[in-house]
Amino acid sequence: MPKYRLRINGSVRTVDSSDADKPLLYVLRGLGLTATKFGCGLGQCGACTVLVDGSAVQSCQTTVANARGKAITTLEGLGSAAKPHPIQTAFIDEQVPQCGYCTSGMIMSAAALLSQKRKPSEGDIRAALDVNLCRCGSHVRAVRAVMAVSGQRG
Amino acid sequence: MNAPVKTQRFSRRALLKGGALTVGFALTGLHKAASAQGAAAVPRVLDNKEVDAFLAVNGDGTVTVFCGKVDLGQGLRIAIPQIAAEELGIGIDKIKFVEGDTALTPNQGRTSGSNGIQRGGMQIRQAAATARKALIDLAAKRLNVAPDDLIANGGEVRPKAGGAGIRFTSLIGDRRFDLKLDPKAPLKDPASYTIVGKPLRRPDVASKCIGTATFVHDFRLPNMQHARVIRPPAIGATLISVDENSIKKFPGVKVVRIKDFLAVVGEDEWTTERAARTLRAQWSDWSGLPAQDRLADTMRADSGSTEQSLVTKGTLVAPQPRNAKKLAASYFWPMQSHGSIGPSCAVADVRADAATIWTASQGMHDNQVTYARFLGLPKDKVRLIYLEGSGCFGMNGHEDAAADAAILSRAVGRPVRVQWSRADEHGWDPKGPPQLLGITGVVGADGQILDWRTDMWIAQTTKGLLNIPLLGPQAAGLDNIVGLNTGLISQNGDPPYAADHIKVVVHWLKEAPLRPAPLRSPGKPANCFAVESFIDELAAAAGIDPIEFRLRSLKNPRGIELIKRVATMMKWQTRPSPGADTNAAVARGRGMSYVHYKHSETFVAMGMEVAVERASGKIKVERVVCAHDCGQIINPDGVRAQVEGSILQTLSRVLLEEVKFDRSRVLSVDWSSYPIMRFSDVPKLDIDLVDRPTEPPLGAGEAACAAVGAALANAVYDAAGVRLRTVPFTPERVKAELNSKAS
Repeated sequence: MPKYRLRINGSVRTVDSSDADKPLLYVLRGLGLTATKFGCGLGQCGACTVLVDGSAVQSCQTTVANARGKAITTLEGLGSAAKPHPIQTAFIDEQVPQCGYCTSGMIMSAAALLSQKRKPSEGDIRAALDVNLCRCGSHVRAVRAVMAVSGQRG
Repeated sequence: MNAPVKTQRFSRRALLKGGALTVGFALTGLHKAASAQGAAAVPRVLDNKEVDAFLAVNGDGTVTVFCGKVDLGQGLRIAIPQIAAEELGIGIDKIKFVEGDTALTPNQGRTSGSNGIQRGGMQIRQAAATARKALIDLAAKRLNVAPDDLIANGGEVRPKAGGAGIRFTSLIGDRRFDLKLDPKAPLKDPASYTIVGKPLRRPDVASKCIGTATFVHDFRLPNMQHARVIRPPAIGATLISVDENSIKKFPGVKVVRIKDFLAVVGEDEWTTERAARTLRAQWSDWSGLPAQDRLADTMRADSGSTEQSLVTKGTLVAPQPRNAKKLAASYFWPMQSHGSIGPSCAVADVRADAATIWTASQGMHDNQVTYARFLGLPKDKVRLIYLEGSGCFGMNGHEDAAADAAILSRAVGRPVRVQWSRADEHGWDPKGPPQLLGITGVVGADGQILDWRTDMWIAQTTKGLLNIPLLGPQAAGLDNIVGLNTGLISQNGDPPYAADHIKVVVHWLKEAPLRPAPLRSPGKPANCFAVESFIDELAAAAGIDPIEFRLRSLKNPRGIELIKRVATMMKWQTRPSPGADTNAAVARGRGMSYVHYKHSETFVAMGMEVAVERASGKIKVERVVCAHDCGQIINPDGVRAQVEGSILQTLSRVLLEEVKFDRSRVLSVDWSSYPIMRFSDVPKLDIDLVDRPTEPPLGAGEAACAAVGAALANAVYDAAGVRLRTVPFTPERVKAELNSKAS
């Protein structure tokens, strides 16, 4: 079976897949990295957003073959309970999630934005998170969390 | 704020021990007391009339709260412990919380109708009050003092006058109360509260932000298989043939067919998914759905409907004054999807004599009965364990996915995990049913409502139905429920204002176009949209400011206060609608609505500021103002989150959402054909929570939903002079209204 070497959350992982088109999402979840969620499989909802070489990417639309050799970061790799990433801390402080199914994708989109722009405007934040659907209505808190983490407490 | 409550999680191994079916088995993560109880195989008390069903004082000084209702993201996991800790007299950090497990928690009914706190929480408050009284009585005997001289606080009972106390755990640790819930057990004075009313953090939030939360989608059992169910291409189609060879190339994947129930089951999820997409099957034709473009007319003309008078108040004063104005209008709310971001999912382990099902459903105990029936097992041999899912807001596909998993686990003899596709979630989740309302009214020149009649055409709910018919058992020819369940969709059809004469008549339809189920705030968003829009129409006809009009005939002081608060927050200019500049390229306006939820629960007043873009027909909601009174607030941040969610989700429903279908199937099966609100369209929210500590706590998860449609429609009317009476308010629909007004 063909093997793929991926760099996931800082470690090199070798993954077997008979299907070069297997979505990265299924690879990650198969490795137990279940923070990344299946939402639509169509690239429409953002629940599966991860960082690939620092950019926010929908992992249901990225194949294992395309991910080969790239640096992949999931929510688990961003920070831990002991040492959360500042954006995770901000999401906790603002009590953003309700059901929380979309939260992982939102945080990854926000992380990508903040790595490119240290002080994004509210418009920038909304634009960056526009790919992330949320049914519970946690939007206002998510925007506030990203503003707060970039030192723009509203 | 701190995050003190530990939610207990049970290890898979522990759950599987003894077939995962014994009531009192060992549970990893449980405190010693419960483990000891488990090891001794003492069954938990599940009778919801008993204190022991809800509370256990443990040997280590902690207290476990057993809650039959579940936390779907709405914050019960902190609010219920706040109630219990407060009433019992123990620190919140000493509370452990177990929710939604038919083997461990009492039946407190479905987690629905915004009643988690107002019913479920109040049961637990009464259990805690009964327990506190019992603890004080026990201590009084031991200390040889009068109970009135003692106080329960900080996990001990001690003399009010000072001196050494006795820990709860010494009084009753690891033993049962053996006490019935005492409805007369005295409750604490809210003025003395130190835990209830505080914005304590929800304990699940951190794990959801770090990535350690276990959703039902993430749950795995040893030896578990993955499955995909293949639904027919038309709603009522039957399965003619399956070509099993068509998936030969996918190793380890097998076809399961039971009558019209078709699935593939395999070891690897992605391989199983590919097989499901590849499998060739032949289905019969079916085209039994009504025509969507004539749905409202079909509902109104339905000759099989049953008429029922719901409300008759006052008497018609005749003759009516000559300057009175008579109005009539119809409002339509379309069929909508629950729109869960994650598709429904469940895991089941069905053995010959018993079954365990892990599900994100709102109805654990109700489902126990349903699943036992089609599995042919005694009810107490079917255990349901709640795991979080993607927000469902009623009955989405969770119940169906769990039934799918149970049917398949039994068929393959191994644990099975079923996850739906996006198309199946949009296509097959039971739908919030369509609602048609017709209202006629007569208003006097002074704004007095002289006559009011609401007619509603809605699908009936079958009496006594615990659940809804499930897709899997239906297709497999197993014992299934028959009937419709729409939730209480006929409430709030009458205005909350004084009127000479009010009549509400419902025309119960025997059928709904697609299988209906409760969807957040069942029926009320539509009914209040119609009622509060029509109030605005009456106000406009009488030439009176919409707030002034409402205040003239509103008697309830809590309602009056909320409307005044909204007026202040919006700096409301008193004048009739519409505004002066309705023909502007971007017309701006404001509107409001008022709801007394179910006429007996939470009060909401809502105002909106909108901009209507003439060229495109697009409505931009710029600001939503909401004053909200749900009585005693247990956790203000939790209430705020619920109100935010109610507003944004319902705005999405009003602006964008309608299930599209042809005569055979649902056509809106993804987020592009069934769009929901995204970040760029989220308005500014200003929420004013009125806390009334001495009033009973009421639900906060639904009431604000009901106020959204009319506040928006009324703001659009104020801005652009057009009256939107059909949801959703799409740009095309707004443009058509603007054009017909101009011509």
